[in-house]
Amino acid sequence: MARTWRARAMQVQMARALTTCLFGARVFAPRNSFTATGGEVLSWNWRSLSTSALQHTGGLQVCVVGSGPAGFYTAEKVLKRFERAKVDILDRLPTPFGLVRSGVAPDHPETKVVTNQFSRVAVSDRCSYFGNVTLGTDVSLEELRMLYDVVVLAYGAESDRKLGVPGEELVGVHAAREFVWWYNGHPDQVNLQPDLQSSDTAVVLGQGNVALDCARILLRSTEELATTDIAEHALVQLRESRIRRVVLVGRRGPVQAACTAKELREIMGIKGLSVKVRACDLALSPADLEEMKASRSHKRVYELLVKAAGSKLPVHNGSGGRELLFVFYRNPAEILSSDDGARVAGVKLEKTVLQGEKDKPQRAVGTGEFEEVSCGLVLKSIGYKSIPIPGLTFDHRQGLVPNSKGRVLRSVEEGSSFVAGLFVVGWLKRGPTGIIGTNLIDADETVESIVEDWTSGGLGSQSSSCPPGSRGLQELLEERCISIVTFDDWLKIHSAEVALGSEKGKPQEKIICREEMLSIAKQVSSQTP
Amino acid sequence: MRGLRVATGLAARLLQHGRVAELRTGSVGIFRSLVCNNPSATYDSSLNSRVSDTCGFSSRVSIQGSSCAPRHEPGFVSNVSLGASGEIVEPNKFILSYLGSSQLFPPGRSNGFSTSAAATPEADAEKISVTFVNKDGEETEIKVPVGMSMLEAAHENDIELEGACEGSLACSTCHVIITDEELYNKLPEPTDEENDMLDLAFGLTETSRLGCQVIAKPELDGLRLALPAATRNFAVDGHVPKPH
Ligand SMILES: Cc1cc2nc3c(=O)[nH]c(=O)nc-3n(C[C@H](O)[C@H](O)[C@H](O)COP(=O)(O)OP(=O)(O)OC[C@H]3O[C@@H](n4cnc5c(N)ncnc54)[C@H](O)[C@@H]3O)c2cc1C
Ligand SMILES: NC(=O)c1ccc[n+]([C@@H]2O[C@H](COP(=O)([O-])OP(=O)(O)OC[C@H]3O[C@@H](n4cnc5c(N)ncnc54)[C@H](OP(=O)(O)O)[C@@H]3O)[C@@H](O)[C@H]2O)c1
Ligand code: FES
Repeated sequence: MARTWRARAMQVQMARALTTCLFGARVFAPRNSFTATGGEVLSWNWRSLSTSALQHTGGLQVCVVGSGPAGFYTAEKVLKRFERAKVDILDRLPTPFGLVRSGVAPDHPETKVVTNQFSRVAVSDRCSYFGNVTLGTDVSLEELRMLYDVVVLAYGAESDRKLGVPGEELVGVHAAREFVWWYNGHPDQVNLQPDLQSSDTAVVLGQGNVALDCARILLRSTEELATTDIAEHALVQLRESRIRRVVLVGRRGPVQAACTAKELREIMGIKGLSVKVRACDLALSPADLEEMKASRSHKRVYELLVKAAGSKLPVHNGSGGRELLFVFYRNPAEILSSDDGARVAGVKLEKTVLQGEKDKPQRAVGTGEFEEVSCGLVLKSIGYKSIPIPGLTFDHRQGLVPNSKGRVLRSVEEGSSFVAGLFVVGWLKRGPTGIIGTNLIDADETVESIVEDWTSGGLGSQSSSCPPGSRGLQELLEERCISIVTFDDWLKIHSAEVALGSEKGKPQEKIICREEMLSIAKQVSSQTP
Repeated sequence: MRGLRVATGLAARLLQHGRVAELRTGSVGIFRSLVCNNPSATYDSSLNSRVSDTCGFSSRVSIQGSSCAPRHEPGFVSNVSLGASGEIVEPNKFILSYLGSSQLFPPGRSNGFSTSAAATPEADAEKISVTFVNKDGEETEIKVPVGMSMLEAAHENDIELEGACEGSLACSTCHVIITDEELYNKLPEPTDEENDMLDLAFGLTETSRLGCQVIAKPELDGLRLALPAATRNFAVDGHVPKPH
């Protein structure tokens, strides 16, 4: 049985090799011509199909790796653009939605509403979800490329930028990603156990929105958090937390702060929390003024910071008062250890000034002057980083897959040719920035590249018969005893999470253990529809 | 009480058809009242309340009182009474029950759920004419009842306007450009919260607004809304092509 897909896969590979050679000269005309199929209506689609939907007899077989926003937006667009395409979405976790589930803060339920839209895509009869399948270990990139006409990599950024300063590995220093996964119940960080006890101060390095999320979770009242879908283990630890003060450290100034106004306004509005900005940090240089003129968002963030600096909130008495301090123009130079060397005791910061050529972003340059802040917990929130997988070109410096409008390039060198039928989207394509909606525009670009290549015959697989697609993948995974979590299975897990949550007055209680997820997924439903 | 538990297969099936469903209070005696925890949006059984996309993947639903609140008033459903006895159920159970009942009332039959505005008293309400211009420059003119948001109107008329957060002012994907400055000036000023989201909108212009925050009113008759053209250079945070 497994032979069949392998034989077919070899065929695809040979066809691809050929196409890649000839593609530059555009010798190949698409074999599958556009034909009006007529009457094929999507039952799931509550908005009209794009008028530009491509109809072709073959039915493009597409595999999307990663079920975050980039993966789902790509799937949605492929289904709209190709009327008969079949899309399989893989994820290494049993649960879908990527950072919408494991990144977006628990106190932002409105942001997670987008999973409704993604779910409508997933239940389309032309879309299948393959949860619990890891690219790189359960199935290789080469195998996927043999099984499908098109493979789109959307597996995000699941590692972290390094600071490169002494003490980074000390106990009590965590990447913000780990801390976020911990409070969001991601199965990989259930046992993080951040130290919220040994000091009343936590330092967060970086001033992006992730840094603000971490600060908010550390400082928000646990009564409020208890009504969110925050992981129970985190809530228990946060209830006992001694942390009352969070210092957010930025290497540049308030005009360059990476957070957005919405997040800043929100944290400034939290009851019992005073947000402090040192007035001396607010001075503006001519270059700052230029930057603000060019960016509405930075200007509005700066104005909010000025407001925070000016507000004279009553001094809090007792232990209830909580404080968020923005510290600008400080670059982390070292993470300091306790006397016994066992754990973190503070951070050493170098003062900076900004320098830069005209029309270029200003850079922070050290002044050689240092200061120290004591703390018991350090969160490094200086950006995520993608992870390479075998057989994939990777730009290790930037931490992403080199690409041209979503087409994966053969090397990082400029002018490199691309790999037929292999695409990339989302954080893996652009690096770890942008909100959920950015991935929508990004998916548009990648899917347009797929359409162009399909039209010009550049996908490389069109000259042979229909690839094995889902069926081939299923056979392969069964052979390897990998238990696939389907979207229906996920709905069972979701129902269980909602039921667990309602016992506690939470919208859901996330199940944090993979084995438990798998066992619920495989339970035979007692109710038949 | 029926439909309080839902088989997953059912959920999937509802989703295939699922979209905005109108809840007509009392019409079949299933939903008696909805109470929203947003104090400015309280609903009682005398109102027709609209719940959009309660597809069961989030406890969050956007509620809009069609006869009282002229804007989207998102909030959590804090309690819902169900059934003739008016029992109060948890929000999530409400969603589950909604999914469950859908099988009893498949879309297309008006058993308390309907999927078109025509089935509601709103059909008689005053309407204005609005033209959407899509990315390719194609125009679609629709009639929008006064009080309805442009996001909802677009979706009711199968116009492709994204709305990732379904009108909760948390995403900026419903960005529209108002092509006529005079009409732009007739809109109430954007709130700070709307401006915060506009900061992140792709392809921001001087007359950009969020579609979920633009509500039809008589003065806006003839409104033209353009969707920002897709370019290959999309904005990342903090970088917008044109200052507002
Ligand atoms: C902490 C945090 C909070 C955020 N909050 C917001 C917010 O409130 N609003 C907003 O608009 N944006 C927010 N963002 C940004 C937003 O989440 C991202 O823009 C978006 O998730 C990126 O999408 P993606 O699909 O590229 O990656 P991801 O969402 O990370 O999805 C990647 C998926 O790939 C899977 N995967 C990884 N490796 C493999 C593998 N080897 N095989 C198979 N599958 C794999 C992962 O399990 C995951 O499901 C936040 C980001 C972070 C980090
Ligand atoms: N609610 C939301 O909408 C939301 C929530 C969370 C995340 N997100 C999005 O997700 C994306 C990722 O967020 P993020 O916070 O991880 O990244 P980010 O916005 O890029 O912020 C990174 C921060 O780290 C700093 N930094 C980077 N390298 C450093 C170094 N070597 N030393 C010291 N500081 C360093 C940056 O300062 P410099 O500017 O000086 O480089 C910046 O302050 C963002 O686009 C964000 O908007 C959105
Ligand atoms: S739909 Fe999200 S802000 Fe309008």
